[in-house]
Amino acid sequence: MNYNWNWGIFWDQTPDATGTYFGSLMSGLQVTILLALCAWFIAFVMGSLIGIMRTLPARWAVFVGNAYIEMFRNIPLLVQLFIWFFVIPELLPGDLGIWIKQLRNGPFIAAMLGLGFYMSSRVAAQITAGINALPKGQRMAGTAIGLTTWQTYRYILLPLAYRIIFPPLTSEFLNTIKNTAPALTIGVLELTARARSMQEFSFQVFEAFSAAAAIYLVLSAVVTIVMRMIEKRLAIPGFSGGK
Amino acid sequence: MPMITIEKVSKWYNPQFQVLKNCTTTVEKGEVVVVCGPSGSGKSTLIKTVNALEPVQEGTIMVDGLNVTTMKKDLPKLRSRVGMVFQHFELFPHLKIVENLCLGQTIVLGRSEDAAQAKAMKMLERVGLTAHAQKYPGQLSGGQQQRVAIARALVMDPICMLFDEPTSALDPEMINEVLDVMVELAKEGMTMMVVTHEMGFAKKVANRVIFMDAGEIVEDAQKDDFFGHPRSDRAQHFLSKILSH
Amino acid sequence: MFSNFDYDVIWRSLPYLFQQGMVFTLTLTAIATVFGLILGTLIAMMRLSSSAVLSGFAVSYVNLMRSLPLVLVIFLFYFLMPYVGQWIIRADQPVQVGAYASTIVTFTLFEAAYFSEIMRAGIQSVPRGQVMAGYAIGLNYREVMRHVVLPQAFRNMLPVIFTQTIVLFQDTSLVYVLSITDFLGAASKVAQRDGRLTEMYLFAALVYFVICFTASFFVKRLQKRISIIR
Repeated sequence: MNYNWNWGIFWDQTPDATGTYFGSLMSGLQVTILLALCAWFIAFVMGSLIGIMRTLPARWAVFVGNAYIEMFRNIPLLVQLFIWFFVIPELLPGDLGIWIKQLRNGPFIAAMLGLGFYMSSRVAAQITAGINALPKGQRMAGTAIGLTTWQTYRYILLPLAYRIIFPPLTSEFLNTIKNTAPALTIGVLELTARARSMQEFSFQVFEAFSAAAAIYLVLSAVVTIVMRMIEKRLAIPGFSGGK
Repeated sequence: MPMITIEKVSKWYNPQFQVLKNCTTTVEKGEVVVVCGPSGSGKSTLIKTVNALEPVQEGTIMVDGLNVTTMKKDLPKLRSRVGMVFQHFELFPHLKIVENLCLGQTIVLGRSEDAAQAKAMKMLERVGLTAHAQKYPGQLSGGQQQRVAIARALVMDPICMLFDEPTSALDPEMINEVLDVMVELAKEGMTMMVVTHEMGFAKKVANRVIFMDAGEIVEDAQKDDFFGHPRSDRAQHFLSKILSH
Repeated sequence: MFSNFDYDVIWRSLPYLFQQGMVFTLTLTAIATVFGLILGTLIAMMRLSSSAVLSGFAVSYVNLMRSLPLVLVIFLFYFLMPYVGQWIIRADQPVQVGAYASTIVTFTLFEAAYFSEIMRAGIQSVPRGQVMAGYAIGLNYREVMRHVVLPQAFRNMLPVIFTQTIVLFQDTSLVYVLSITDFLGAASKVAQRDGRLTEMYLFAALVYFVICFTASFFVKRLQKRISIIR
């Protein structure tokens, strides 16, 4: 291969002279992390709500929950991002739409909403699975000692269910981090976008992308380790979860 | 020559945990030997070493004059002659009852499909389940599944049978239908090694009783000696616990 | 709100959207599924083998692919492949591979990692007692795999494989980043040209939804039909 390796490229200035390429990747990493956290917040809150709804005895609640999941699960993330970014502002009443389009953080907010709601359908599916994996007797035992439905969820079902689904939730969080990358298509300058522009300006294809790849690997390793630690602390002796 | 010889067998799951400690015993042809002991005593592991489902690190095991511990290529052939019944039945859930009974006959013994079918039906009749031949295991009760599992072992014309807690996963009302089949087998002179807590079964048909605790064979006695006056405190303690009600 | 909705732009661009866009989307999905499954099975077998080298390689490959965003891998392979091609055929210049060929290779290699995990989970979902029971009636390793483990594993895996294919079908839209005319790419090109983003993106969403929803409906039915009663 007659490729000119240049690992020193990271310390060169970027063409816009705002810092080094390394600095540029780091600011991309910041955006990636921030976007993942914001989207995860939405995904967790909405996912929990919808997931719980699907386990309620009321049939309308189950129907609404199912419809929600089907809607966000069956449309590609990229299309959802385009809808949040290009379409929603158009559909809003005149002034509001224009105001949104002029927001400086427009791409970030659209990406946060798009990714958040997209991931919330997956989180919801996990929450439902977690609650349904509990022995039926748990719900009855709660009712039997006089708890209301809400109290049964709050004090018995949810504390157990969240523990059971901790590992799959961890991997959904890792997916959220990976899924920040498509946001580059609507102009969010996250890690992959930074690597891409580094490649465009410096022509050092491999250095740019392998550095980004390495950062993603480290990031997911760190998240995995931290989550394992949390999981251990939350573990209940003698309860491994499920039936 | 005994049917099964277990000599100085030791097994470790890891360097810290020894599950079998220097176990030695024999099972003569036509003998019924019951193995009992508290849970975690190694009795299930011991019986699985007889057809090399569990490898051992030390000692020798002979079945019908063949050394199982060093055997490699001929192991499947030998296993096909040693019937095994598991605690959780382990019928193959994707195969019909009759297919469960034919699989080993056609593949391992090379019998024709027709011969295998005929043999399967004969054994199903023996355990009283002809009507269920075309069903799947999941459609049968636990007791019925375990009887099918016994039939699956019998169609291979075994020279001896191993039972690993055959009734402990069953609801109480189903235990007897399985024990009845086993008693009948014993009376016909089948060589049997049975891990079980069913002391009634032991009293009725066993020739010898082996008591295990913490990986050791603590007691190995003729049935009447064992139930009359077990020599070890541990065996006495165990018996008092399971016979008190 | 939909008062100035222009249905005509959708109607006019239908042939372009489907005959060009959707055909490529489906081709890419089909090729990546078939070759991804074949490669994935090989990787799963390597992973379950007793050779530390093989299983180590399989583990690293799967973990690497699963830790990286697909978009990054699409870029990386797009720029990498000309050099790899040059190295393979010992050419003087980097080989022109092109965006289409490059994405097909990328998706195959990327999805193989996911399919191999499905295969492995399927094989390991068969209880150990089943394997023992197979050995106990005298079957050897190959026969136990062929008659006891794989038939059960396959039933457990099949719905998951189809579900993964639906995910893959959705993921193909990411080739947008290489300006390829897949279904979304085609919709986007019309949208930009005619200034009709609302209509085109909503229509694209609707088409993806109908296809994926219908497909997952059939997967659920299939799952019910082939599941084993235990």
